Amino acid sequence: MEDIAEKGLQVVVGLAVFAAIIGLIMLLVDRAPKSGREKIQIAGFLAPALVLLAVGLVFPALQTSYLSLTDRNGDFVGLDNFVWMFTQPEALVTLRNTVIWVVLVPLLASSIGLAYAVFIDRARGEKALKALVFMPMAISFVGAGVIWRFVYAYKGPEQDQIGLLNQILVWFGQEPKQFLLDAPENTLFLIAVMIWIQTGFAMVVLSAAIKGIPTEIVEAARLDGASAWQQFTNVTIPTIRGSLIVVVTTITIGTLKVFDIVRTMTAGQYETSVVANEMYTQAFRAGEPGRGAALALVLFLMVLPVVVYNARLLRKQKEIR
Amino acid sequence: MATTRSRKFLLPAAALSVSLLALAGCGSEGSDSAGGSGDADCAAYESYGTFEDAEVSVYSTIVDVEAELLENSWTDFSECTGIEVAYEGSKEFETQIGVRAQGGTAPDLAIFPQPGLLADQAPNLKPAPQAVSDLVDKNWSADWKKYGTVDGTFYAAPMLANVKGYVWYVPATFEEKGWEVPTTWDEMTALTEKIADEDEMKPWCAGFESGEATGWPGTDWVEDAVLREHGPEVYDQWVTHEIPFNDPKIVDSFDRVGEILKEDKNVNGGFGDVRSILSTPFAEAGQPVLDGQCAMHHQASFQAANWPEGTNVAEDGDVWAFMTPPIDASQGTAITGGGELIGAYDDRPEVQALQAYLASAEFANARVSQGGAISANKGLDPEVATSDLDRQSIELLQDPETVFRFDGSDLMPGAVGANSFWSGIVNWLNGSSTEEVTQTVEDSWPAS
Repeated sequence: MEDIAEKGLQVVVGLAVFAAIIGLIMLLVDRAPKSGREKIQIAGFLAPALVLLAVGLVFPALQTSYLSLTDRNGDFVGLDNFVWMFTQPEALVTLRNTVIWVVLVPLLASSIGLAYAVFIDRARGEKALKALVFMPMAISFVGAGVIWRFVYAYKGPEQDQIGLLNQILVWFGQEPKQFLLDAPENTLFLIAVMIWIQTGFAMVVLSAAIKGIPTEIVEAARLDGASAWQQFTNVTIPTIRGSLIVVVTTITIGTLKVFDIVRTMTAGQYETSVVANEMYTQAFRAGEPGRGAALALVLFLMVLPVVVYNARLLRKQKEIR
Repeated sequence: MATTRSRKFLLPAAALSVSLLALAGCGSEGSDSAGGSGDADCAAYESYGTFEDAEVSVYSTIVDVEAELLENSWTDFSECTGIEVAYEGSKEFETQIGVRAQGGTAPDLAIFPQPGLLADQAPNLKPAPQAVSDLVDKNWSADWKKYGTVDGTFYAAPMLANVKGYVWYVPATFEEKGWEVPTTWDEMTALTEKIADEDEMKPWCAGFESGEATGWPGTDWVEDAVLREHGPEVYDQWVTHEIPFNDPKIVDSFDRVGEILKEDKNVNGGFGDVRSILSTPFAEAGQPVLDGQCAMHHQASFQAANWPEGTNVAEDGDVWAFMTPPIDASQGTAITGGGELIGAYDDRPEVQALQAYLASAEFANARVSQGGAISANKGLDPEVATSDLDRQSIELLQDPETVFRFDGSDLMPGAVGANSFWSGIVNWLNGSSTEEVTQTVEDSWPAS
């Protein structure tokens, strides 16, 4: 009880100090001399955010960069960690898997989502059909991992199967299969989970974009005698291009950082590890923070171009409007 | 560090304590010997001195029921000496102890579950006082003292212990089939072959699945084999990397285990082929032994808590265990296990008094008599143990002929002991050769 009261007091005092500082800044900015007041005001209002950004983002980023050049004892080792990453077979598997994930997930999730959105557009029971595909979005990655681990669960041929897929295999007279143990296809089985989750997101955004296509354009195309496929490739796709790119890049960023699914389903064993998972394993389990930091840095460099592209595209779209 | 792994033991250990407490409550003997409340006979505590307003903080990985039992075992001490013990248990101990030591809020005493963690903290610790050192010389073997010694300085007395390498079996089945409990490794493989040939059940059940720590039960197998096949010297060299991880001797021991585990005909009763070991959770893997689908299951003493409720663990009960036999019976018994070490961050007199008490035979008896724990303390009376298995484990630990070695993967650097050794076992059972696997683990050994 005492503990809670004490903590509560700390929170209140902290908030009060914060409010006092902000109030002080506002007061001072308001009282600034007339000449160059605007500059002072900008500086005054930006400063707190910049300070927090420096403390919370820039400094850790620099620290991580430095950490990636040190070994487990904190001694400077130059680029050794990066050499390790690009030479050790296990680390290379991690990079290979990440590439497979990044190629397959955005591609498949977006195309399946797009196809589904087009097919059910104005169909009967559209809402229910949409909800069906969107539902996995509501499940956390960890939850999805646990569910799918049961789907893939294995028992010997003479035992009762508890995994859905293996039971189906047995019904068709096949031997049950160790879905999560056989590299390299086990990576594909993990990717299926991510696609299962992300398709709903792609479908919802793209469906909204399709509904936003002006009816005049669609009618004009129809009057010109365009077939359904021609309408799709020449009207639908170009019109929703912006949304499509946002969907693909968003899923790409999410896929690059995928961690929970791999961690809950295989913990990166059986050659299924990806960069984010390996980063955690190296830093916190193997006690090699340098390697973890190096992996984090590589992950950051991989995500960066996608983020920049995404941001630039959004800005361009705004200019058009 | 092998943090996850030691946590894996907490749950079964806690469950064990609960079940034993329940047993004790059922009117068996020993329930009244639990140390604790009431009028304590203070004569036994005179040597520690008396203090006023003295408080000692203790920090460890032990939580829940286990923590209560632990606290019970020093109530008399507190009452008679006037030393208040502020106990705190945390599952985050392994990471938090470093943070707290650096941040200047270290506890007075910390109970380390692994020698490696103790060694990391040694620069912050106070060397153990002479009284504690003398007690440890008296009550423990030299092996145990070594685990509390870092670079020649003795820091930490051992506290509780656990024993690995038990092979669980159903005595009735063995009797019915005319199987003998093996006394050498060769007899064990011969028995394995015999059971496999009879084709009525699989000789072995195994399960190495343990979330991100998958593979660790396999490291126990290999450690048991190395210690029995090559003796404690080679074991020590292996663990400290004086010989490479893929030394031919170690490869040999891997293959010795592989003869049992990597054969479909020997495993995996009730679950499938060899690779099903990897997808079977370690806590469930023993079940088919009771169901008659397999004959034997290799697991530490805490397996006693993994059996379903109501299972009678006794020599003439539902299930019982023999120690993984030696390879050469004339070499005596060699066992692996784990334990806790008490390091001090402060050297105030009251801290040293509690430190000495925790190293004493009185403490060991007070704690063990409450069930769910054993110790290698020679002053411990095996008769106070609350189960036959605990009694047998204590006798094994106290036997001067027994060679004891701490769990090897807990002693290796985290990059190996809590990472590549585990994944090595996984790949090994998934089809990689011993040479490949040991080479990969060797490559992952930190250079410095």
